[in-house]
Amino acid sequence: MTDRIAPEPVIAAARPPRGPQSVIGRLARRPLALVGLAIILLAVLGAVFAPWLTAYDPNEQLFEGLTLEGAPLPPNAQFLLGTDLLGRDLLARILYGARTSLVIGIVANGVALAIGTLVGVVAGFFRGLLGAALMRFTDLMMAFPALLLAICLAAIFRPSLWIVAMVIALVNWVQTARVVYTETSSLARREFVDAERSLGAGTPRILFLHILPHLLPTIIVWGTLGISTTVLLEATLSYLGIGVQPPTPSWGNIIFENQTYFQAAPWLVFFPGAAILALALAFNLVGDALRDVLDPTQRGRLA
Amino acid sequence: MIAYLARRLGQAVLILFGVSVITFALLYLLPADPVRQIAGRSATPETVANIRRELGLDQPFLVQYGRYLAGLLQGDLGRSYLQRSEVSELIAARLPASLLLMAGAIACELVFGLTMGLIAAVKRGSALDQGLMVASFVGVSAPQFVVGLLLLYVFAVRLGWFPIGGYGSWRHLVLPSVTLGILGAGWYARMMRSSMLDVLRQDYVRTARAKGLSRAVVLLRHALPNAILPVIAMVGIDIGLFMSGIVVVESVFGWPGIGQLAWQAIQRVDIPIIMGVTLVSACAIVLGNLLADTLAPFIDPRIKLQ
Repeated sequence: MTDRIAPEPVIAAARPPRGPQSVIGRLARRPLALVGLAIILLAVLGAVFAPWLTAYDPNEQLFEGLTLEGAPLPPNAQFLLGTDLLGRDLLARILYGARTSLVIGIVANGVALAIGTLVGVVAGFFRGLLGAALMRFTDLMMAFPALLLAICLAAIFRPSLWIVAMVIALVNWVQTARVVYTETSSLARREFVDAERSLGAGTPRILFLHILPHLLPTIIVWGTLGISTTVLLEATLSYLGIGVQPPTPSWGNIIFENQTYFQAAPWLVFFPGAAILALALAFNLVGDALRDVLDPTQRGRLA
Repeated sequence: MIAYLARRLGQAVLILFGVSVITFALLYLLPADPVRQIAGRSATPETVANIRRELGLDQPFLVQYGRYLAGLLQGDLGRSYLQRSEVSELIAARLPASLLLMAGAIACELVFGLTMGLIAAVKRGSALDQGLMVASFVGVSAPQFVVGLLLLYVFAVRLGWFPIGGYGSWRHLVLPSVTLGILGAGWYARMMRSSMLDVLRQDYVRTARAKGLSRAVVLLRHALPNAILPVIAMVGIDIGLFMSGIVVVESVFGWPGIGQLAWQAIQRVDIPIIMGVTLVSACAIVLGNLLADTLAPFIDPRIKLQ
C-alpha cells in the first residue's frame, strides 16, 4: 500500500483550515447536509411565522371544516392539508405543532446534553469514587427500556410541555455521558495535560481551557443527533397520549387524536407523520455531516 | 473467561437491583392511586382502606420495597392488582408473542440492513450508495407508530395482503416485524457498509484478486464472512431498542405481547405488572449486552475481554 510507505509530512501544511467558517464551508459542500439544513430552516420559519402563514386558528373547530355527515375534509383548495376530526385546519395544527417539536427538541436535548457532559467530564476527569459511582449509575440507566421509563415518569408528573421536555432529558442524557466519559478519560491522560499541570495550571484552567475545547466537536455532533432522538421520543409519548396534551398541537398528538379514523382519513396520519420524519431525518443528516467534518477519523462510521 | 463472566453476571445482578429500586420508587411516587382503580368509584372509604391494608400499600416505602425484594429473590413477581393472577404467569403467557415479534424484527433488520450495506460498500461512491445511505437515515429517523400505521393502511387496508392486526398466522407477523425492524435495518446498513469497506481495504483481498479470482468470488467468499460477523454480533444490543419499540408496535397492531401488557398496566396503575415487565426487559437488555460483549473476542481476536 503506497500510503503506508509514504513518509509522514513533517510540517502539517496540508492541514485544513480550522475554525467555524471552515466547518460551515465544508458542510455547505455536502448536499445531504444542505437538505437537512433546509428542512430545519423550513421548520423554524414555519414555527416562528405560523400566525402569518395560515389564516386559521389551530384550535378553532370550523363549521365548514367538516362534511355534512361530520367527517373530516381531505386536502382541498381551502384547507391545503385537509381538516381533522374536529374540523380544525390540519396545516395550522402542523405549523403550530412545529413549535412544540422544536421547543422540546432544543430544550430537552440541551438539558440532556448538559447532564451528559457534566457526568461524563466529572467521571472521566476526576475518576475516583465519584467517577465510578456516576458511571455505574449510567450503566444502570442503560439497562432501562427508555420508553417504559419515560412513560412512568410522564405518568408521575402531569404532562405539560416543560414536563415532557424534562422527562425526555432525564432519559436521554446517558449516551452523551458515555461518549464524553470515554473521550475525557483519554484526554486526561495525554501529555499536554501533564505539561499544563507541571507549568502550574490549576484544575479549572485545565478543564475549561484544555479539556472542554477538545470535547466541543463531540458535544456538537451528539447535540445535533440527539435532537432527532428527542423529536421522535416526544412524538411517541404524545402519540401514546402521555406527552403534550391536546388542544396544544404536537405532531404526535395530532396522530393520537385522529388515529381511530385513519383508515378513512389517512392524511391525518400521513402529514404529521411526514413532518416528524422530515425533522428527525434533517437533524440526523446534519449531525452525520458534522461528524465527518469535525472528526475525519470517524468518516462514514458509527460512533 | 469464567472470571469475566462471573464478574459481569455479578454486575448484572447489581444493575437489576438498581433498576428494581428506581422503578419501585417511581411507581411509589405515582399520583394515581392503584387502590381507587381496584375499588372503583363508588367504593366506601372503609373498603378503600381495607384493600389498601390487604395489599400492604399502607406501609412505609422501605417496608413495601423490602417485601417486594424478598418475593423477588424467591422468584415471585407478585400478583396483579386487577387481573387477580400471578405477574409471572401473565408475563410468561405474553412473552412468546413478543419473542416471536423480535425474532421477526431481527430477521427483517438483518436481511434489509446487511443487503443494503453490502451493495452500498460494493458500489461505493455511486448514486446507488448515496441513495442507500439516505434510505438508512430514513429508517433511523422514522417514528415507529407512523411506519406501522402507514404499512397498515397500504398493505392491509388498501391492498388487503395482510390482516389489519392481531396474532396467529405468519401473515400477522409480517407488518409488525417490518415496523419493529426498520430502525435496526438503518443502523445495520451503515455498520455493514463501513465494516465491508474496512475488509475490502485489507491486503488479503487484494492478494485474492491478484491471484486471478473473480470479483464476485472475492466479495462473497473472502470479504463477506469477515465483514458480516462483527455486525451480526451486535444483535444483542438491539434488545434495548426492541424493548422500547414493542410498546408502540404492539399497541398499533394489537399484538398480544408484554409491550401491550405493560402499556395496559400503566394505564390502569397495575404496579406489580409494570414492575415485572420493567425487570424482565432490563434483564433482557443486560443479557443482550453481555452476549454482544462476550461474542466480540471470538469474532475478532484483537478484542480482549476486560
